[in-house]
Amino acid sequence: MKAFTQLNGLACPIDRANIDTDAIIPKQFLKSIKRSGFGPYLFDEWRYTDHGEPGMDCSTRPLNKDFVLNQARYKGAQIMLARENFGCGSSREHAPWAIEDYGFRVIIAPSYADIFFGNCYKNGMLPIVADEAMVDKLFKECEANVGYRLSVDLPSQTVTLPSGESFGFEINATSKHNLLNGLDEIGLTLLHADEIKVFEEKHKATQPWLFA
Amino acid sequence: MLGKSVAGKTLYDKLWETHLVREDADGTCLIYIDRHLVHEVTSPQAFEGLRIAGRKPWRNSSIVANPDHNTPTKDWDKGIEDPISRLQVETLDNNIKDFGALVYFPFKHANQGIIHVIGPEQGTTLPGMTVVCGDSHTSTHGAFGALAHGIGTSEVEHVLATQTLIAKKSKRMLVDVSGKLGSGVTAKDVALAVIGKIGTAGGNGYAIEFGGEVIRALSMEGRMTICNMAIEAGARAGIIAPDEKTAAYLKGRLHAPKAADWDKAVAYWNTLKTDDDAQFDTVVTLNGADIAPQVTWGTSPEQVLPIDGCVPDPAKEMDATKRTSIENALKYMGLSANTPLEDIKLDKIFIGSCTNSRIEDLRAAAVVAKGKKVANSISLALVVPGSGMVKRQAEEEGLDKIFIEAGFEWREPGCSMCLAMNADRLSPGERCASTSNRNFEGRQGQGGRTHLVSPAMAVAAAIAGHFVDVRTV
Repeated sequence: MKAFTQLNGLACPIDRANIDTDAIIPKQFLKSIKRSGFGPYLFDEWRYTDHGEPGMDCSTRPLNKDFVLNQARYKGAQIMLARENFGCGSSREHAPWAIEDYGFRVIIAPSYADIFFGNCYKNGMLPIVADEAMVDKLFKECEANVGYRLSVDLPSQTVTLPSGESFGFEINATSKHNLLNGLDEIGLTLLHADEIKVFEEKHKATQPWLFA
Repeated sequence: MLGKSVAGKTLYDKLWETHLVREDADGTCLIYIDRHLVHEVTSPQAFEGLRIAGRKPWRNSSIVANPDHNTPTKDWDKGIEDPISRLQVETLDNNIKDFGALVYFPFKHANQGIIHVIGPEQGTTLPGMTVVCGDSHTSTHGAFGALAHGIGTSEVEHVLATQTLIAKKSKRMLVDVSGKLGSGVTAKDVALAVIGKIGTAGGNGYAIEFGGEVIRALSMEGRMTICNMAIEAGARAGIIAPDEKTAAYLKGRLHAPKAADWDKAVAYWNTLKTDDDAQFDTVVTLNGADIAPQVTWGTSPEQVLPIDGCVPDPAKEMDATKRTSIENALKYMGLSANTPLEDIKLDKIFIGSCTNSRIEDLRAAAVVAKGKKVANSISLALVVPGSGMVKRQAEEEGLDKIFIEAGFEWREPGCSMCLAMNADRLSPGERCASTSNRNFEGRQGQGGRTHLVSPAMAVAAAIAGHFVDVRTV
């Protein structure tokens, strides 16, 4: 997993509540057996005016000019501004894979769906929860100022606006440590393999039918 | 200390504590996983990760696997025509061959079906278990008093390699549905009414326990429908305490406990309930008698109303974000404000999905379909049973004939038009009454318009050509 420490990046506003994972990456792209290459199909139904299928060359597809990702001013954006309950619906990790593959490393929203939120951390992305008023302010400033950049600092858990104003965010210690160091969670868990084995034996003794 | 009372535990607390391997200072826990359900869409990258790292599954006898999303529902003799879908299904075949599983039903196996239907059918979902799957509708299995929820593909790999999941404890919500349901009102209507009340984000961060007289009166199939939709309310897990119905459903199933183990298991399952003095973080109450058949009108399951309602008017919504959501939904759905729901005409009908494809669902649908005809204006009406076992049972009862005579197509089992990864889908602008779980934009096909309803309501709509209150049919 890619480590994350700091990022000064261009922000892009996706101004819609309850964006679901079907919108983030439509189902036809879930047929892939790979983890990469989903970026060109991120928000496929909103981004292009034709119907997308896996393997299509997106450089020649007709663009929906109204969709923010297609506006030149947001080219190269790495920080996504989003609204409440972002990432609801399916557990498909293809959604964070597509967002990361496109180039985003940070999402800032008032709230997220639980499974999506956890999936972000597993892919080196930082999902930040900010209060509604702050998110509103970021949306307004971002839309009003071309080249609007935010500085995100994970060690100090702060986001700094171009004005110099900053706000803090919460993250649990384990996720922070893993993200800062780009750690493989499976390797870390297997350090506790003996504890798992002890638990398993005890569990088997009390509910043997689970192991039949 | 004298007089100190120890607060009781909720069912969720009990399930959590009996699976807790270790807990870190910041509350990050390692939870043991008893059952790992696997399908073809969210597993290939996880198995690939195991291979790259040179790892093996910790306990392959915990795995129950089956392709369901990509499999076609007709012309099985032709195989899977889409080469990308075929590769994904064959990749699952190869991964199970290499890594092993307790149960594997490949494409066309007599028992193949939707993973959330076959798990309980085979007796591989039991009370007191932890159950995970790379699929958000894993919440379905909570109907048995199991802690069951969806996980991402990285977590699929983590469970394969370590038999555990890194997790934090959720908050506890009780949804108490008291009283009795009226005739024609089903588990699906209860699920939609709950989502309408608390919203699609209402359950974020919670595990929901469903209780009350209405829940106790539901069959196991109905309980699975309710827990299945917990995720649409934002809750990863929905749970219902096991009782004599749970045991009766499981008894004699292939992988259910046998002989002396059975009595021990049932005695243990009887302890799996929330203590009388336990506290929930949030309690939501509904009265079953107030719930009418529900129909979604928008592009989120919370955009739902009783059948006698009208499409909402965004001009009457004060909250700006909600107003925009309503406007977006009406535009996508091609609906005008204040239209009575009963006036909405349909193009296609879909009866199926992990929400509503079990035998009881098909029976309820057949009761309404019997002796009637699908309206000429409906271009396609599909019935897709949830598994090979459901299909055979329905055919033994003659339900297939009732559907076919009424003008429905009787298909092979699979996820089908719930998410349209196979050939079953809506064309742009087509409108569907669907017994599935999500009415998101493009869910059933790009530009397709989905209205979520119960099986009985879907059949009533098929016959009338527009929505109709099944209680009046």
